[in-house]
Amino acid sequence: MPSEAHTIEAVIDIRKVSTRFGDYVVHSEISLEVRRGEIFALIGGSGSGKSTLLREMILLQRPDSGSIRVLGVDLQNLGDDDALALRQRWGVMFQQGGLFGSLTVTENIGWPLREHTALDDALIDQIAAWKLAMTGLEPEVGAQYPSELSGGMMKRAALARALALDPELLFLDEPTAGLDPDSAGGIDELVRKLRDLFGLTILMITHDLDLLWQVADRVAVLAEGKVQGIGSMSELSHMDNPAIRRFFDGPRGRAAQQQEKQQAEAQSGGKLGRPSWKRK
Amino acid sequence: MKPMSVEPAAIAQPAPAELALSGSWTARGIGAIEHQLESVQVPSTPEAIADGARIEALDTSGAWVLQKLLLRLRGEGRVVTLRGLRPEFARLLDIVAQHVADQADQPAPVASPSPTALARVGQSTEAAFEQTAALLGFVGESAVALATCVAHPARFRWRPVLYNIRSAGFDALPIVGLLSFLLGIVVAYQGADQLRQYGANIFVADLVGLSMLREFAPLITAIIIAGRSGSAYAAQIGTMAVTEEIDAMRTIGIAPLELLVLPKIIALVIALPLLTVFADVLGVYGGMIMARAQLGVGFGEFLDRFVKSVSMTSFMIGIGKAPVFAAIIVVIGCFQGFRTEGGADSVGRQTTRSVVQSIFLVVVADALFSVAFSALGI
Repeated sequence: MPSEAHTIEAVIDIRKVSTRFGDYVVHSEISLEVRRGEIFALIGGSGSGKSTLLREMILLQRPDSGSIRVLGVDLQNLGDDDALALRQRWGVMFQQGGLFGSLTVTENIGWPLREHTALDDALIDQIAAWKLAMTGLEPEVGAQYPSELSGGMMKRAALARALALDPELLFLDEPTAGLDPDSAGGIDELVRKLRDLFGLTILMITHDLDLLWQVADRVAVLAEGKVQGIGSMSELSHMDNPAIRRFFDGPRGRAAQQQEKQQAEAQSGGKLGRPSWKRK
Repeated sequence: MKPMSVEPAAIAQPAPAELALSGSWTARGIGAIEHQLESVQVPSTPEAIADGARIEALDTSGAWVLQKLLLRLRGEGRVVTLRGLRPEFARLLDIVAQHVADQADQPAPVASPSPTALARVGQSTEAAFEQTAALLGFVGESAVALATCVAHPARFRWRPVLYNIRSAGFDALPIVGLLSFLLGIVVAYQGADQLRQYGANIFVADLVGLSMLREFAPLITAIIIAGRSGSAYAAQIGTMAVTEEIDAMRTIGIAPLELLVLPKIIALVIALPLLTVFADVLGVYGGMIMARAQLGVGFGEFLDRFVKSVSMTSFMIGIGKAPVFAAIIVVIGCFQGFRTEGGADSVGRQTTRSVVQSIFLVVVADALFSVAFSALGI
């Protein structure tokens, strides 16, 4: 676990980042900070530039101006070796999983270890099997190919691969999109467990209101190229900004809020539950 | 856990019953001593001590290895105390211990034994039969779809047919023309030496004309189109299968065969004979150029002889094969595309198969034609 002094340290520090596609401005001078050990969520409508911002954080794309520091390293003018070292310190779970179709699940999970460490193959397989178990998958899944997996299993396997090198920072792109409520609930719990066990910092993009209410520590709302508000969900729910209100005033927004209130009253800090009637 | 300053893990044995652990017990640092760990032995005392005070970093991989080591030493009926471990590392080790125990409880998933040679032969035979049966089924379905279209011509989609004629036919003109031109040159050049020896120079027109029109032009055109368009059909349909577009079509109520296969068949059945004619012309032209350069047979003489020696039947035989080749190429390409399942890997495999199989079947069909024609005496 991180010591107290580290808790305030910014793991991701985005300053005045602007991005344009042609004439279309995706981000205009966005600034935000993700602290060590927190679960941070980025939300916003389609086209608000969440995914672009994520891609900029994980070195897949460069912003037009501004600076991004991840784990204390400035991404601008990063050399190849430093970039490689940095990439090994974070794990990314893509929306569609991004598992390699020609490898089994176990091979997929073990691949980062095989590439970047001198470990023995047998040991790597054992560790991969454990990471698989950690994400709640059956051992038999390890021998299967990604095309044979269901959506929820695919996400879990992708998460297991993202965890292969014990990253300090985890990026999750829509971890619960397309999952049934039960699997989504499992992911909620898994994300919290990971943070609590390993002191991970987690940044996720999500639209899942349950995930936001119950797991995220802080949430940033992106709209019109700017950060419209940052805070916990209950803080955001008291803000007047129309771009933020949209997330709370719809019928689903209200239901999730209600649910959170009831749960907070019924049990303080107990198990997580999702209303079983809720459609995903 | 900064990877920049990885000090590799180390293990020392200051006293026989004492292990001193130090360094970074992480995925990156542990590799150095992994094999050393297997050979660490402790004398058969009832107690041993492992000193973890100098472990600087511990991650799940390191904890896993450490736990395995402790388990092995404890397994020999000895009490091993791990002391001095930082509290956060101890927590991690506890979690790992739980999982190591879990994994030991569960029987390792039984690796399916690799099949014997005989079993492999059996499996591939079965797969070949299955594939042949499926291909026959596909041919049948396509025929039914074609019959439906003939019965309801209004439903037929002409636009994709025109598009396919352009992409598979017109766009292929340069490559087909160039290759058959070169083939004509080669045939004339190879024949020139032999013909000159007998002073039968003028027969170069027979040689080039008959071989190009009857065999080479249809065959080379079909092979080029199989490689060029057959593969494209397989890749297109395969990718659509992977992205569930085919399923979407079915749910919307559009028969995929009607939309994807029939226009291609009709287009290529029209385009391939035309391409073959084009290949005939350029092949003979190549032969003519070579005849003049090597044998001194002028264009006029060549054409004069050509008209006399090459009958209309020979020309029609060559053109007549083309629609059959066209049907083979489209059916195999589309069939392999529809058999795609899974991901990118499968698309590549099916595309390769479509090209190999369609070229193979085109050559087989050509051989069958030759046998049939010689039996019929034409």
